Amino acid sequence: MTTVAISQPDVLRPSRLVLVLRYLRRNQSLVVGLLVVLALAVFTIHGMLTIDPKNAYPLAAPPKLPPSAKYPFGTDFFGRDLYAAMVVGLWQTALIGIIAGAIGTLIGVFLGFTSAYFGGAIDAAIKGVCQILTPIPAFLIQVVIAGSIDKREVTIYTMAFIVVLLAWMNPTLVIRAQVLSMKERQFVSVAKLSGMGDLGIIFQEILPNLLPFIAAAFVGQVFSSMFASFYLAVLGLGPLREPLLGNTIWAAQSQGAFFNGWWWWPLEPAIAMVLILGSLALINMGLDELANPRIRRTE
Amino acid sequence: MSLKKILGRLLFLILVIWAASTITFFIPRLSPRNPIRERFAELARIGGFSPQDLETIVASYNTKFGLDKPLIQQYFDYIASIARFDLGVSLNKYPKTVIDLIMESLPWTITLLLVTTILSFVIGNLLGAVAAWPRAPGWLRSLATPFVLLMGVPPVLMGVLLLFFIGFRLKLLPLGSAYSTGLVPDWSSPAFIWDVIKHQIMPALALILGSVGGWVLSMRGMGVTIQGEDYVLFAEHKGLSGYVIFKDYYLRNALLPQVTGLALALGTVVTSNIVVESLFGLPGLGRVLSQAIQANDFLVIYGIVLFITIAVATLMVVVELLYPLLDPRIRQD
Repeated sequence: MTTVAISQPDVLRPSRLVLVLRYLRRNQSLVVGLLVVLALAVFTIHGMLTIDPKNAYPLAAPPKLPPSAKYPFGTDFFGRDLYAAMVVGLWQTALIGIIAGAIGTLIGVFLGFTSAYFGGAIDAAIKGVCQILTPIPAFLIQVVIAGSIDKREVTIYTMAFIVVLLAWMNPTLVIRAQVLSMKERQFVSVAKLSGMGDLGIIFQEILPNLLPFIAAAFVGQVFSSMFASFYLAVLGLGPLREPLLGNTIWAAQSQGAFFNGWWWWPLEPAIAMVLILGSLALINMGLDELANPRIRRTE
Repeated sequence: MSLKKILGRLLFLILVIWAASTITFFIPRLSPRNPIRERFAELARIGGFSPQDLETIVASYNTKFGLDKPLIQQYFDYIASIARFDLGVSLNKYPKTVIDLIMESLPWTITLLLVTTILSFVIGNLLGAVAAWPRAPGWLRSLATPFVLLMGVPPVLMGVLLLFFIGFRLKLLPLGSAYSTGLVPDWSSPAFIWDVIKHQIMPALALILGSVGGWVLSMRGMGVTIQGEDYVLFAEHKGLSGYVIFKDYYLRNALLPQVTGLALALGTVVTSNIVVESLFGLPGLGRVLSQAIQANDFLVIYGIVLFITIAVATLMVVVELLYPLLDPRIRQD
């Protein structure tokens, strides 16, 4: 009798990269959103390296020129080169969103954890404040704050600060709900029984599991901060000298841009803003799917 | 609904209004600006009265508005005046009171708000319900898709895009303001009313296109869940027509959570409405607010903000209290 060597067939194990690519093929909203953000980032960074930021401010170019070879985005009533204004404006708008989004998410994570993990009176207090503040339209309170500050002193950092003051309730409630469900899971009980301290459980057991939710909360927060600062700027409450996208639309409308035929002036910041907000919404939807396996589609 | 629950909601409403008035009282006072002094300093530059006069005027105004009293006294006076619906006077359009300015502009805002909210709620929910209804024809179900794609575009940006394409390029509709310049407001002439309607179409369209998608999405999610329910299956087996099942078994049940959603969305809806009004230069609350911002007319800014906050919070509670009329299950407890 002869033994026949049966060759073990190779199990095809796709590499990590292939797995990631396969996931991205399913999660198309994440891909499209990331690609648009990437394109905007390339536009802004390339612009920041090639333009002179001074051209984004008044009296840098002949006024009211339509888009041409020399001024691809045209110039506005005050003599800004709108290409430079778009680059600087995109950068500043993004900066406000990222600063306010990051601070808002940090506060939310901190308060949400404290509230849910320790419970009791702290939880009741934090939840109560969130519930009372939520029906008050945050935007209107932001109008009051922005209106109380001397317009000459408003900078993009003040804008970020104004926005973040009333933008921490939502992440707090979201993170709180997640921690509440997470802390009843068995691995947390095991950690508790094995004598792990509160901080250890929070940082080593719960936090890593919440990272996708925190990422989604951050993107949502950047979205709503940009939205809020954009609305403030459209009402004329922004730092008036800066070429923020909202400011440009406000300036164009108050000079009657469409009545006077300067269509490119309000249209360009509007399109840029649509691209930013649309791509962030897509990324948020994609991250939701990543964070919440129940709605994750199967291949 | 029990009396206890109603009282609880009313207490909550009072808490929200108190919080909003406290914020609008203290934030401006934390800032180093003095609106009255700024206002009269500005007038002094134009009118040319002397700095001594300025001090006298500021002092007399401080006495008149009670600004020389201790802060805590001012705070209680302020809360008491809000309870009497007294929001102060406009510094820029004196002697008009803030309530006068609000009442002049309110009809415009409420009309636009009601028309756009009802239309987008009805259109969005119908499209969303149909999109989730497997027996609807394919072309009908796909109607919802473009609205969902437009969801990321806020109404103001939609307004700018509409202004460009419909107003500027195609010249189909006017580019802003309430009615054509030169027309005398006369609400009995059909020509004037038609002119006003033409000016309202684009802002309304911007608000509707920007908000239909949200309703479509949440209604589609609701609809998918409800189709699996036993009572829908039972109705099918009783041999009821598709239309009756759609209307009475499916739509009515799926609509309930959407009404709650409407109450929760009110703040956002009002905010977009105001910004769109100021973009199109309509004479509603939005333009009064943006003009007050331009002119540093502080009491008007705070008054409008407080008024809208109270209105939104009150409406939310009213919707919540009316909810048992829609859902008999809640009436029981």
